[in-house]
Formats: sequence, structure tokens, C-alpha cells
Amino acid sequence: MSMTGVLRPGFAQVRVLDLDEALVHYRDRMGLELVEVAGDGRAYLRAYDEFDRHSIVLREADEPGLDVMGFKVASEEVLEFYAGKLRAAGLMVSTIPAGEQPGLGRRVRFVTPTGHAIDLFASMERAENGPMIDNPDLWRTEPRGMRVIRFDHCLLYGDDIDATAAVFRDVLGFSLTEQVVTPDGEETIAIFLTCSTKAHDLALVRYPGKGKLHHVSFLLESWTDIGHAADLMTRYNISVDIGPTRHGITRGQTIYFFDPSGNRNEVFCGGYQFYPDHPVRTWTADEAGKAIFYYERALNDRFMTVVT
Amino acid sequence: MAPDHRHRVTIRDNGGSFTCGADDRVLIAMEKGGKADIPVGCRGGGCGVCRVRVLEGAFETGPMSKRHVGPAEKAQGLALACRLYPRGDLVLALDVSPHCLYPVEETAGS
Ligand code: FES
Ligand SMILES: [Fe+2]
Repeated sequence: MSMTGVLRPGFAQVRVLDLDEALVHYRDRMGLELVEVAGDGRAYLRAYDEFDRHSIVLREADEPGLDVMGFKVASEEVLEFYAGKLRAAGLMVSTIPAGEQPGLGRRVRFVTPTGHAIDLFASMERAENGPMIDNPDLWRTEPRGMRVIRFDHCLLYGDDIDATAAVFRDVLGFSLTEQVVTPDGEETIAIFLTCSTKAHDLALVRYPGKGKLHHVSFLLESWTDIGHAADLMTRYNISVDIGPTRHGITRGQTIYFFDPSGNRNEVFCGGYQFYPDHPVRTWTADEAGKAIFYYERALNDRFMTVVT
Repeated sequence: MAPDHRHRVTIRDNGGSFTCGADDRVLIAMEKGGKADIPVGCRGGGCGVCRVRVLEGAFETGPMSKRHVGPAEKAQGLALACRLYPRGDLVLALDVSPHCLYPVEETAGS
């Protein structure tokens, strides 16, 4: 679709047990820029190739996990339009005033049936040292650490993923790109949704609980960068879940690992492009191993059960 | 660090046993020793998979998710092995967090 509604994932606010530990991980190892640690203690970071001021917010708390995921929409009018549509669909909608996060405009917040807080926003200040736009070089200074290009998507775990997916599809105009279903086709186990031409902007997996984070994912440029990230993970004793490997779903090449508080991260590259005329790709649960880990061809308990 | 600074960690459930330095985290020392006596999740105190009850021995802990080890549980000797530092020989019992769906049966006898 021509993107006139929800544009893309904009930010994720993640809880960490120790902010200093987390900054070493996200800034020094992954290579995000630290924009600021604000007065209330939250740290704001962005990847080198992101135009907006920040995309990752770290908040120190005594339980890790995801506070909220934000999606950027095309304009303030679109924001108002979706607020009305969400209310009409029976969702609890609240407004977060501009400036609650520095540089971020007014937000419309709703809570999904799976218990995840989702914010929509139309405006965020541009990064002071964002990507060049006049005769643009690749970057102002060479990327550090894992050379993360951008915050890309989240995978969220929760109970009624069908109802959450319905909100994103029917109210916010997302498309279903791919799914995992039980062999009889009766129950959906995993759902991949896009608001763009990416294979996914948001993924959901069924889990008997609410509001869980499976991973926050970041884009890298190439398989070579995935290898470089793996080298750094070994050098700095980063907790690795699995990889480098490939997903059957989305076809992305990937590593899953954990931040120092146990929140799962992903760095990935590749994956197919989606257009709205494409049919939905469906995996059955008996092939879920290949769907999730294309090379290992088997799921592990950790992927299915370890969440924050 | 001299070898005598290593403490012995024993898992009551399965007889698992390995050593751990005072500056090392129990779960990481276990993995380094090629053992799998305690289930491994995030290794960061976030998921509750590696939760244990310290039956004997002195210890310290780093930051742990209060969802899996709240103040009362901490006072009862519950800890996340990935945030657990021995201060003497330890005897542990596996006690996977009830808020975590990791399949306990499959790992308890390993
Ligand atoms: S492995 Fe996740 S809390 Fe220890
Ligand atoms: Fe992902």
C-alpha cells in the first residue's frame, strides 16, 4: 500500500534491571547512540540510520519487559482518525501528552486484547545528528558495535492473539503476511503483520499470559554483519539464545540473544518484500521447527517459554 | 584466582555438582563446566527459568526480576542462578518460577 496510515514501528520502551549494564549492551555492544539520560532516569537511544530523535527507551525497574511499543503514523489528522476508530472498536484509548518522552509529540495509547500497551504518534523531533540528506554519505561516523541500522519490530507473546491481530488489521490497516496454525487449521499459533512492505512490523505468538515480550529486533545490513555481531557476542560474553541462523518465516537471517536484564533481542538482515496483493503464507505446527529456525529445523523450549 | 577460591555447588534434585568462583554466577559456571543441571533461559535475571532455592550455604545476588523472586521469596532463599554468587559451598533445589512456562518435568531429572 502507499503508506498513508501507520508508517512503521517508531519506538520501544523497555524495562531493565540495571541501567548502566543496559547502556553497555545497547550503546557499546549493539552500537546505538545514546541521545540522553533524561531527568527521570530514562535513557533514550537511536540507531545511526534513524532520522527521528530516539527509537529505544530504557527504563530502570525491578522487572524487565516491555512498557510500550510505539508506531508512527502519517499525520496528526491520521492520529485523530485512528483514535476515533479504536474507540469505535470498543478499545480503551487514552492520550499521553506531548513531551512525556522528550521530543515526542502527543500519543494515542490503547491496550491490546493480549495486554500490550501500544502508542500511536505522528511527530517526533528529528535527530540532531541523523543520517545525511545532502549528497549523503553512508553515515557521519562509522557505525560501532553490531552496526545496528534501525529498530525494526517486536514479537509479543499473549493469549488472544487473534483478537490483537484483528485490531491491527481491521482498525489500523495492517496486512497478514504469514502465520503458523495447528495442523487442523483450527487455531493460530503465530501471526506476522505488516504495515509496510516489510515481511513483518509486528509478530504475535500464542502464550497463556498477557503482555509478554519475546524480542525487540534490530536491522543489520548483511549476513556479514550478522557474523560480526556473533563475533562480538562471544568476545563480550553476551547471552546468546540461538544463531546465526535463518527464519523460514520472513526468511530473515538472524541471531537471538539477551540483554543483561534478560530481555531478548534480535539482530537480523534480509527477508522478503511484501505487497498487499500477496497471498498469506501458512505454516502448520508440525513444520514449526523449520518455520522458526530454518537450519536447525527444531524449536527449543527456550524460544517458546522464555519471555520477559 | 587460586583454585581454593572456587566453591562447590550441588543440585539436590539430580545430584549435579560443579564448582563456581566467588566472582562467577552459578548458572554461567555450570554452563562453562559443560553441565546442564539447572535449566538455562535468559541468563540475566529476567525469565525465572533458572530459579533455585538455596538450601545450604552463603550467597549474594545481583538484580533479579521481582516477578520471579519477590522480597518474601528472596527472604526464603529463592534466587535466580544466573544472578547468584556463591560465598561458600552451596546446596540448591530446582524451583522454576511459577510465572514461567518452561517445561519442568523434562529438565528436573537431567
Ligand atoms: S536464566 Fe532467565 S532468570 Fe536466570
Ligand atoms: Fe524478529
